[in-house]
Amino acid sequence: MPKALKMDVEASQGVKNFLKHLLESGKVKGVFALKKMNDSGAVSYSLITSVEELASAEPLMPLMPENAGQALSRLTVKEALKEPVAAVLRPCELRAFTELVKRVQGSEDNLLLISPICAGVFPLSSATDGSWEKQMASYAESSREGKIHPGVRKMCQACTSFIPGRADITVAFAGRKDTGSSCHLILDTPRGEEFAQGAPGTPETVEKEPAELAPLREARAARRSEVFKEIDVQGQKGLIKTFAPCLGCHGCMHVCPICHCVLCVFDSKMYELQPWSIESEPESKGGIRVPSGTLFFHLGRMAHMAVSCVNCGMCSDVCPVNIPVSEVFSMVGDQLQKVFEYVPGRDVEESVPSGTYKEDEFAGIGEQ
Amino acid sequence: MTQEFKPNLVGYLCNWCSYAGADLAGATKLEIKPTLSVVRVMCSSRVNSNLVLTALAWGADGVLIAGCHPGDCHYEQGNYYARRRFALLKKILESLDLEADRIQLSWISAAEGKRYADIVNDFAEKISRRGPSPLRNHSKI
Ligand code: SF4
Ligand code: SF4
Ligand code: FES
Repeated sequence: MPKALKMDVEASQGVKNFLKHLLESGKVKGVFALKKMNDSGAVSYSLITSVEELASAEPLMPLMPENAGQALSRLTVKEALKEPVAAVLRPCELRAFTELVKRVQGSEDNLLLISPICAGVFPLSSATDGSWEKQMASYAESSREGKIHPGVRKMCQACTSFIPGRADITVAFAGRKDTGSSCHLILDTPRGEEFAQGAPGTPETVEKEPAELAPLREARAARRSEVFKEIDVQGQKGLIKTFAPCLGCHGCMHVCPICHCVLCVFDSKMYELQPWSIESEPESKGGIRVPSGTLFFHLGRMAHMAVSCVNCGMCSDVCPVNIPVSEVFSMVGDQLQKVFEYVPGRDVEESVPSGTYKEDEFAGIGEQ
Repeated sequence: MTQEFKPNLVGYLCNWCSYAGADLAGATKLEIKPTLSVVRVMCSSRVNSNLVLTALAWGADGVLIAGCHPGDCHYEQGNYYARRRFALLKKILESLDLEADRIQLSWISAAEGKRYADIVNDFAEKISRRGPSPLRNHSKI
């Protein structure tokens, strides 16, 4: 059983106390976590370097203004951090960051990775209308009981990878009955243990996935199949039905942590209608949609990244016309991941499927 | 109508093997259905998913990718990567019920003129039977 640090305070306060200890003791030079911008409920990922600023940090606030994997990539893509920084991010964000590091879009050097067993996040709209705050009590309660809170993002309700795989420190949160009055920081790696030395709390050993988490895992898996059944993307008909309202704003792509290209081919002019095709296209098709190439964009993006989709739900959350982008990409992603026996974010040393091959695989392909 | 339907096919042929195989087929005067528009690429690994999707989105009824047999790629590993990309795209089309057999990857060496002719003819026949692609000439996408 892994070692843990038990603290006699509510979970998010426990994490904050731990971060405070790290900053004060000089073990880290900075903390990367969600921070309140003012009293309205708006939060942003921030790099915090002083204990005073840490007061408004909200490391476990159930909102995701940006996938933290993308945010950490911004901080580390040009150069690795020179001083130790503790980063608190959710499991899907950690998976996203791992995928980005694999693609040389960031570095884990000098990062202490802290991640909770996750109960999900609320849609971003609840940050602007303040409704997340009204739901916090019921959120904490359903988290303690290991139930799905009906207000969290659909992809969170349907997420079965809610236990962080490769954090240095895991915050035992979802499914733990005691999080209202105490909490456990599970020290997963030697690095985690090293940083926790001298931190407030009592050492204990705890199970990372105790039996009481099983019902939550089952409920999430059942919700996942339901969510996949609810979408209609079968055949040309289903695809047009689902993606017809698409504005072509590319918001889904810009918030996707895996879509990291500086200039995406779909944002370039490469596939815009050209003067010559403005005549020939409508002629052969009997008309054209403007903008055209909507399905091409979604299928193309899918071919580029769905095998690494971390199910974070960012894309669905930002879509102005409520297209279930994330549900579609996750459904396809699941199938692609089975083909390549690939689990996004599992191992930073593991190559992305398109960057490697085996000589003796897919034997049937090419022979016909 | 399927009798008369002439499919519009795009073939991406690798320069070193399959394109030479096509040349040989022509030089030996084998009968080849004239429905395949050939695009010469330097290696099958040049064919990324966007090239295939562009063809489908702009009206192709089927896309054939052909390269050197495994172990024979001019750039040593190109066709292994091509095979992975193909498997990935095929799975996407399958998971969306988009008639995945409209794309095909075939290994054809420079010496296999006959195999080239057979593959092109079989592919053309298969797609003729299937009829026009559901994405073809679609003014809504
Ligand atoms: S965010 Fe929605 S509207 Fe914008 S491109 Fe993506 S699917 Fe289309
Ligand atoms: S496709 Fe959507 S759900 Fe998947 S990683 Fe990108 S933003 Fe997250
Ligand atoms: S050169 Fe023919 S497949 Fe690579």
